[in-house]
Amino acid sequence: MFVCHCGTNIAGTVDVEAVADAMKSESGVVYSATYQYMCSQSGQDIIKKAIRDYELGGIVVCSCSPRMHEATFRKAASSVGMNPYMVEIANIREQCSWVHKNREDATSKAITLARAAVAKLKLNFPLTPGESGVTKRALVIGGGIAGIQTALDIADAGYKVDIVEKSPTIGGKMAQLDKTFPTLDCAACILTPKMVDAAQNENIRIFSYSEVESVSGYVGNFTVTVKKKARYVKEDVCTGCGLCTEKCPRKKIPSEFNLGMDNRSAVYIPFAQAVPKVAVIDSEHCMMLKENKCGVCSKVCTAGAIDYTQKDEYIEEKYGAIVVATGYEPISLERFGEYARGMSPDVITSLEFERLTSAAGPTHGKLVRPSDKMKPNTVVFVQCVGSRCEPSLGKGKEYCSKICCMYTAKHAMLTKEKYPDAEVYVFYIDVRTPGKNFDEFYRRAAEEYGVKYIKGMVGKITPDGERLNVSASDLICRKKLEIKADLVVLAAAIEPSPTARALATKLASSMDTNGFFTEAHPKLRPVESPTAGVFLSGACQGPRDIPETVAQAGAAAAKVIGLLSKERLTANPCVAVCDEEMCSGCSVCGNVCPYGAITYVEKEFRVPGGRTKARRVASVNEAVCQGCGCCAVACMSGAMELKGFMSSQIMAEVDAICRTSR
Amino acid sequence: MECKGEALCAEVIRISASDVGKCMRCGKCSASCPSYDEMEYHPHEFAYMVSSGDADALLESDSAYKCVSCLTCSERCPCGVAPSRLVEAFRIIKARERSNAAFAPERSVFDDGEIPGQALVSAFRKFSK
Amino acid sequence: MQDKQINGYRPKIAAFCCNWCSYAGADLAGGNRLSYPCDVKIIRVPCSCRVDPIFVLRAFRRGADGVIICGCHPGDCHYTSGNYHTRRRMSLLFSFLDYLGIERERMRVEWVSASEGAKFAAVMNDFVSEISKLGENRRLEDVRCKEQTETRLSEER
Repeated sequence: MFVCHCGTNIAGTVDVEAVADAMKSESGVVYSATYQYMCSQSGQDIIKKAIRDYELGGIVVCSCSPRMHEATFRKAASSVGMNPYMVEIANIREQCSWVHKNREDATSKAITLARAAVAKLKLNFPLTPGESGVTKRALVIGGGIAGIQTALDIADAGYKVDIVEKSPTIGGKMAQLDKTFPTLDCAACILTPKMVDAAQNENIRIFSYSEVESVSGYVGNFTVTVKKKARYVKEDVCTGCGLCTEKCPRKKIPSEFNLGMDNRSAVYIPFAQAVPKVAVIDSEHCMMLKENKCGVCSKVCTAGAIDYTQKDEYIEEKYGAIVVATGYEPISLERFGEYARGMSPDVITSLEFERLTSAAGPTHGKLVRPSDKMKPNTVVFVQCVGSRCEPSLGKGKEYCSKICCMYTAKHAMLTKEKYPDAEVYVFYIDVRTPGKNFDEFYRRAAEEYGVKYIKGMVGKITPDGERLNVSASDLICRKKLEIKADLVVLAAAIEPSPTARALATKLASSMDTNGFFTEAHPKLRPVESPTAGVFLSGACQGPRDIPETVAQAGAAAAKVIGLLSKERLTANPCVAVCDEEMCSGCSVCGNVCPYGAITYVEKEFRVPGGRTKARRVASVNEAVCQGCGCCAVACMSGAMELKGFMSSQIMAEVDAICRTSR
Repeated sequence: MECKGEALCAEVIRISASDVGKCMRCGKCSASCPSYDEMEYHPHEFAYMVSSGDADALLESDSAYKCVSCLTCSERCPCGVAPSRLVEAFRIIKARERSNAAFAPERSVFDDGEIPGQALVSAFRKFSK
Repeated sequence: MQDKQINGYRPKIAAFCCNWCSYAGADLAGGNRLSYPCDVKIIRVPCSCRVDPIFVLRAFRRGADGVIICGCHPGDCHYTSGNYHTRRRMSLLFSFLDYLGIERERMRVEWVSASEGAKFAAVMNDFVSEISKLGENRRLEDVRCKEQTETRLSEER
């Protein structure tokens, strides 16, 4: 028993000598002393000396909060051979001397707290933290800019990385963009070299057209099954010449890459810079696969890469860390009928606008109306479509999508650059431009380019002959506006990728109400998920722009490298443990465990008569268990216990606290 | 009963059960309003003035009677503020003030040739589906 | 003085605090020197879901006058979902206390985050004054324990 004065912090209110004296008579206490500063080097020396001299089995330190110095005292104890988990702290500073004024009361409370600590310590037993190895390979789920950057950074540090991408090529949303704000440099020019780097890096393997099928294991030792969807083209044989795509008779399939604004064939390469540049056959539209009639592509392919018999392939691989980089999708605007989307092809979303202005897009960079391919003279941009909506109305998203203000300014500028005589209106609720050179960019759009920014939302858009009638109110001039527009661009809100939720379940990783992955701590651990070994990169965690995504991708990579560089991982030893003799295998504990740490195994148990019988019992994976203790409470037979916080220990504390006289 | 200032706004909120604090001043209500040009104060101003606690001018103005109760503003409002209910609340307060003479002839919009009467609009809404 | 209760009656109160939010909140209350009655004795648990209803009943049996369980706010649990389990379990326990004839006011579940030192102190002050009004918890006290305690205390004297 060691009682700390903490200068006058404790000794000012608590009679520390009285505490030490009282504890001397407590059963089990052989040594009791006080010192000015227990946490100081000389204070620790007193503890070490006493442990050696009296051969103490455990110690209680009455001092500040265990959150402060528990680690210090545990280290001191273990340096002289005592198990660090035989150290208990009685918090007599933050929860006693600092909050109470009356010396007598505070002293008696300190004695009670010390007694409770002793009562708990008596039931402690030495704990050894479990250790596990680390598989030196990382998995990145999603091959957009976030995934590519994370993979490149991890690969640079010399570790193996696999990228799993669900579409036939990596590149993600950024590959669809034309220019990027605030520098207006071309997205493809900065992204495609990175895609090629990723493909050529010997540490990176790309599983394109693949999905994560199942995940098991724990930090350092994940086992992941990846489903490689059949592309009916041999990836290692195809040269990407594109002859098959030219000859394919089925050519009227809306292109995913160009958001349905032009067509592709049934065998296709998503876009010219695709990585891997390998064709894929769309089984839904290929006549050969559907009706066994055609086979043109296999006839024209000089490399002999077409293989109609290909099946989905499952690859199992071990990983030490997993990075989620599943990105975002624009929301569906079907609930916003007032914007005439679907009624006129000239009402487009911002992502479609990107394809329209992109040199590699359906119009080869010519900004024209999708309906009649004419030059638009009046272009209206509507911001916050589906963002910042009351969630109970069930129409849009509650949050601000963050990137829309900037890309709308960019689009307005690009329009003005192409057609300086065009009228460009931007309807906004607020213009939010925090970020380096962001506000300057927006002001340039308004000042230099003469984009008309109007505060107020658009109420209704009605197709009026070939044009669109936009009715809006200018809140500052208190004026109703009726604009005849040629093209309307809606800044649709963004939401997490629809595949993310199923993935979160597989990873036992949590999501917020909007379906974004939650971080372990919003400020201090922003790139880690609460599940150990799972990291977050990019817009899967919340709306963000490219610079932020790249920064976060680097941060996630740094965390992964830190994890993979360890030879062994030390786990928290305060984990759940199952008494298999008592366990009835009822599965209640497995259902309440938030980490999926509990599995059930069939085990042979001896039964009377010298025979054995197989019985189902719970088994705790110590590397996955975080030690919340929920299972211990849920267990009906009392088989589950939490080491370090056993029921008997907590009850001993309860008893000690209730034992004091009134 | 003389109802003014904060008390008036509290009464409007009570009658309308509208959470004006949620208004983010986007103006979609006014942009959707078919009677916009007839009104002195527009739907977004109803929400703004009530939330700011000074809506006496709205009681003086005949804007509330220019509303045809098409409810488009409430339908389009992304925040669920429902300006049409605020407008209705003003009409109710006015009606209660005048007790029996609820609709004074000079306030009536039935003889206004420019916009259809409320009853007509509600009938259209009711039977057009 | 806050520490002195009416008629010299001092309630015994056990507080279960989760390590990540409420215990830190209690530490913050200490750091800010926000006083609350010294009758509150805190037991640290990893998560509020580690608190077995048995612990609460045990405390009442051993003569506690009030038990308070503090956890992270719903949705903020360090272990993702622990406090939801707490909420469900404890609402059942409330009805069980009714059944046993213990005033349900003697038990309380509060959500206190690591930044809410002031809330922690306020909650404790409020809880202690409520328990003081209720007086001693006689219903579930194990008389055998009390005798033991008293003999023990007299021995110590």
